[in-house]
Amino acid sequence: MTDLPHSPEQPVAAAKPSRWRNFWRSDIVWSYRRSPVTIVASIVATLLILMAVFAPWIAPYNPFNPATLNLMDGFTPPGGASYSGNNYLLGTDNQGRDVFSTIMYGSRVSLFVGVLATLFAMVVGVGLGLVAGYVGGVFDAIIMRVADVQLSFPAILIALLIFGVARGLIPPNQQEGAAVWVLILAIGLANWAQFARTVRGATMVERQKDYVAAARILGVNPLLILLRHVLPNVVGPVLVIGTIGLALAIIEEATLSYLGVGVPPTQPSLGTLIRIGQQFLFSGEWWILLFPAITLVLLALSVNLLGDWLRDALNPKLR
Amino acid sequence: MLAFIARRLAQSVVVMLVVAFIAFLVFRYVGDPVSSMLGQDSTMADHEALRERLGLNEPFYVQFYHFVTNALQGQFGISYRLQQPVSQLIMERLPATIELAFASSIIALVLGVGLGIYTALRQRTFGTGVIMTLSLIGVSLPTFLIGIGLIYIFAVELKWLPSFGRGQVVDLGWWRTGLLTESGLRSLILPAITLSLFQLTLIMRLVRAEMLEVLRTDYIRFAKARGLSQRAINFGHALRNTMVPVITITGLQLGSVIAFAIITETVFQWPGVGSLFVNSVAVVDVPVMAAYLVFVALVFVVINLIVDILYFIVDPRLRDGAKSGR
Amino acid sequence: MTEPVLSIKNLVVEFPFHDEVFTAVNGVSFDIMPGEVVGVVGESGAGKSMTGSAVIGLIEPPGHIASGEIRLKGERIDNLPEEQKAKLRGKRIGMVFQDPLTSLNPLYTVGRQLTETIRAHLPLNEAQARQKAIDLLVEAGIPKAAERIDSYPHQFSGGMRQRVVIALAIAAGPELIIADEPTSALDVSVQAQIIKVLKKLCSNHGAAVMLITHDMGVIAQTADRMVVMHHGKVVETGTVGDIIRRPREPYTVKLIESIPTIVRQEGAVLPSAAANDDKAYVQVKSLVRDFEIGGGSFTKLLPGKTELFRAVNEVSFTINKGETFGLVGESGSGKSTCAKMIVGLVRPTSGQILVDGHDIWAGGKGHQERRKRVQMIFQDPYASLNPRWRVRDIIAEPMRTLGIARNRTEVEHRVAALLTKVRLDPGVMRKFPHEFSGGQRQRIAIARALSSQPEFIVCDEPTSALDVSVQAQVLDLMRALQEEFGLTYLLISHNLAVVRQMSNAVGVLHNGVLVEKGPTDQIFDNPQADYTRMLLDAVPDISKVA
Repeated sequence: MTDLPHSPEQPVAAAKPSRWRNFWRSDIVWSYRRSPVTIVASIVATLLILMAVFAPWIAPYNPFNPATLNLMDGFTPPGGASYSGNNYLLGTDNQGRDVFSTIMYGSRVSLFVGVLATLFAMVVGVGLGLVAGYVGGVFDAIIMRVADVQLSFPAILIALLIFGVARGLIPPNQQEGAAVWVLILAIGLANWAQFARTVRGATMVERQKDYVAAARILGVNPLLILLRHVLPNVVGPVLVIGTIGLALAIIEEATLSYLGVGVPPTQPSLGTLIRIGQQFLFSGEWWILLFPAITLVLLALSVNLLGDWLRDALNPKLR
Repeated sequence: MLAFIARRLAQSVVVMLVVAFIAFLVFRYVGDPVSSMLGQDSTMADHEALRERLGLNEPFYVQFYHFVTNALQGQFGISYRLQQPVSQLIMERLPATIELAFASSIIALVLGVGLGIYTALRQRTFGTGVIMTLSLIGVSLPTFLIGIGLIYIFAVELKWLPSFGRGQVVDLGWWRTGLLTESGLRSLILPAITLSLFQLTLIMRLVRAEMLEVLRTDYIRFAKARGLSQRAINFGHALRNTMVPVITITGLQLGSVIAFAIITETVFQWPGVGSLFVNSVAVVDVPVMAAYLVFVALVFVVINLIVDILYFIVDPRLRDGAKSGR
Repeated sequence: MTEPVLSIKNLVVEFPFHDEVFTAVNGVSFDIMPGEVVGVVGESGAGKSMTGSAVIGLIEPPGHIASGEIRLKGERIDNLPEEQKAKLRGKRIGMVFQDPLTSLNPLYTVGRQLTETIRAHLPLNEAQARQKAIDLLVEAGIPKAAERIDSYPHQFSGGMRQRVVIALAIAAGPELIIADEPTSALDVSVQAQIIKVLKKLCSNHGAAVMLITHDMGVIAQTADRMVVMHHGKVVETGTVGDIIRRPREPYTVKLIESIPTIVRQEGAVLPSAAANDDKAYVQVKSLVRDFEIGGGSFTKLLPGKTELFRAVNEVSFTINKGETFGLVGESGSGKSTCAKMIVGLVRPTSGQILVDGHDIWAGGKGHQERRKRVQMIFQDPYASLNPRWRVRDIIAEPMRTLGIARNRTEVEHRVAALLTKVRLDPGVMRKFPHEFSGGQRQRIAIARALSSQPEFIVCDEPTSALDVSVQAQVLDLMRALQEEFGLTYLLISHNLAVVRQMSNAVGVLHNGVLVEKGPTDQIFDNPQADYTRMLLDAVPDISKVA
């Protein structure tokens, strides 16, 4: 027994008003309040997400409606006067599309793919990790060996392979519509292993604990034990990996789209926009590349910062 | 020790067989190899003849057996896109990728381990804060953006370094190296930095986390209580114990550098196997994809073996053979 | 009058925690004379370990000494700069930690760790340091020290490693050794030897000892004087005999009263009459459990012999209805495996367990009967309650699962009744486990066990994670509930004193074999097996105060 400040016996009586106080003083809120970087990151992330979600309603232009496009407005620099007299905050690209609006729509695609791919990876990884950790034995050994091997390949390679295979299996006339879903599948399958490994480790720890033994003595169905006892106790690390995984998925999507194997140009994500912008970087139209790039980095960085904070807050001894 | 290595070797063979099987499935069932190879204007008879010649009419396991035996001899068929033997394509481009991966591994390893130790020992200092923040920005910056940024600054604006290609190369037998000419070395700088940054941040964060973990253990506390010098504790005890887990993960990270080079090679138009692979994926050039997969798996397996042997050397608990691995 | 080796005056150690400051040590003062063994005793949270850390200058930040003085041979050391504090450590103050398994660096041989310590403090060359290291190991009772010096820590047993740790602490000839729970992680039989080694080495080298422990028995047998601490303050200081026989302060009186002893006390349950084995409520017959050792999951798929380890070997005993059977053993004796087989967590390799006449491993029917009758109380109250569940749901789970009560109001009603039974306010049912202390959690765990209305409860070390005063309350509660509901207990414990005070009959388990069983008084007062006798001799007990 070590004498740490946590050990003094807490008085049992707790009146209602203190519940809010307890929440406000809890470790996680405490570390949030104490970290200006985290506060800024959460504000930035929220703004970017809102911007993306509500793009169709709040974007100044619809860059994908050919009727409103004015080719003569192409290459307008940020804030500069355009041929048609329209005002473009962040300038326009070669086709006269408003860069600010393309970014909003692009973030929408990036976030859509990133969130769904992460959720997909999470469901697969958490499910397999829970069962592997609880059941153990051969099932566990196989799942974990597969995860080990896969983790040693960069996710981007796995995603490229899955993408390539899917390309080969889907008839060409359906490829464009399926591209986003293929991308989600590819990134999701590339990222499940991290969840599985962490959840499996946490499950093995929880399985040894006596509250699980107490349920087993009663003959509670193993599936119920996993879902009602073990799962709530492994949520912490899953949240951390989920957040960092989201940032990774967004970057992976951007990378795939940049490599030209991601979403089709008719539905550009931030990565596609950067790919397009790169063509004009060396001829001086820097804004076509720079603003999507900044948005991508801000998005990934703010989500990463939140994940980093979450990991420290849930695991205070690691500080 | 020999038994241990033998067991690891056996496991490696299993891994390679599984990867070969996946590669085979991709090779055999993705797209139609026959129509890919013959093109539009061919007759049914041509198709049938080619099917027979490629052995596509044979039973599944015979085909897999042929695939494995061919792979062992380095034969992966003909690229649909470039109409050249895949093995030849890969061998031509391999030196470029290996030189790039090697240079960036050294950068990542030296700086990553060094900075990791520094930030773990100098906790709560300004320098550590700056490095940790930069490292977070580092993992949030996609590799291709780093590449573009470096090109823009050092090639376009400052015009110090070339923006693409390998520069002048020298043939040493079949190995075409860029390390012996000035332009080759100058061409290597930007891609190597780009490729190393991501691994560098990962290795640094890992070393730091593990070292902090070790510094909290009882035996470090006891070492302090025994009155050992700070230096002896940090570098004699903590560092060595940190290395045990770090070796594994770092080894695997460096293994993935080769595959990670895909992006860097594309950005810098570096003529390596990675850019070959990306171009193949875009047009579903299946033989190249399959061969690349096997190649990366081979790198992984070899590095894994080296890691296991290192592990053995560092950790006496394994040497007793009491435990069989991780 | 001689000068004290260590003199602590009004020491205050603070930990800033969020907005508040937690005072771990609050105005502690005491002296240690040369060559003296002073025990610092207290329950968890008393601040005893923190006092030791303060003396050797190893308080983990953000903790710090807020005020007060620490003097070593009259010279103030608490305000020295870090480099000078570091020079004192090992050279003038040595330290022994609790867990010998984690105190040594696993990657270096014990010889290398010894010589580096010796050479850090004494002007010796490598060969001389090595010779001194061997001498120290011999002195600490390591057999074949000259050969074993080049072994790695994992090649030594726990007790042997603690000997190495003691040798390391004494290596540079310090004037004071701080031993922080030096035997708490060890088995009773090893504990006694380690205490002897510690005392011998310290007196050979003329070091005074500050012995920090929660175990009054260890202090009774080892120390000259003792300091009783509570909530960061010194409650009472005096010679060991005085404090144990004539405690003055109310806290000390209560503390000493709550310590069970292996001598028969008033209020202990009566030994059982010789049981008629065939009619006993619980009958354990020739129980055997083997475990496979070594090999990963993949190697198990391969044909071939797997090595077997017999954890439980032909164990048989019976328990009469309404009585308590104490199962005693050290770590690795197989007592927990026995418990797991009886509650249905681990399948026996062979043998039979009958509860109320039902073979509990005989298929579905047996499981049904077992679930109705058998429950378990676990050792660690921090791990036995699901931290994400409210107390109400934790206690209600057994009745819901077994269909005793399903309707919400009825469940709440029953949960409230159970909470009252374990002397907790029913209002706490909406709280989560982390809002309770260890003792309160153990009460909740008992309420959960009672929730399925069992007749037989297996208690696996129910109080060994608790402080003595809390232990006494939980044991009282268990006794009262036994009387009220006619419960039958299997009490598994390494603590002989607890078993003596609680059990009607006792079995002694050693390496999986039940070496002796019988009525409690017979086992304790007239042990037959050598192992039982050795255990009883080794137990540090306050009745053995010098």
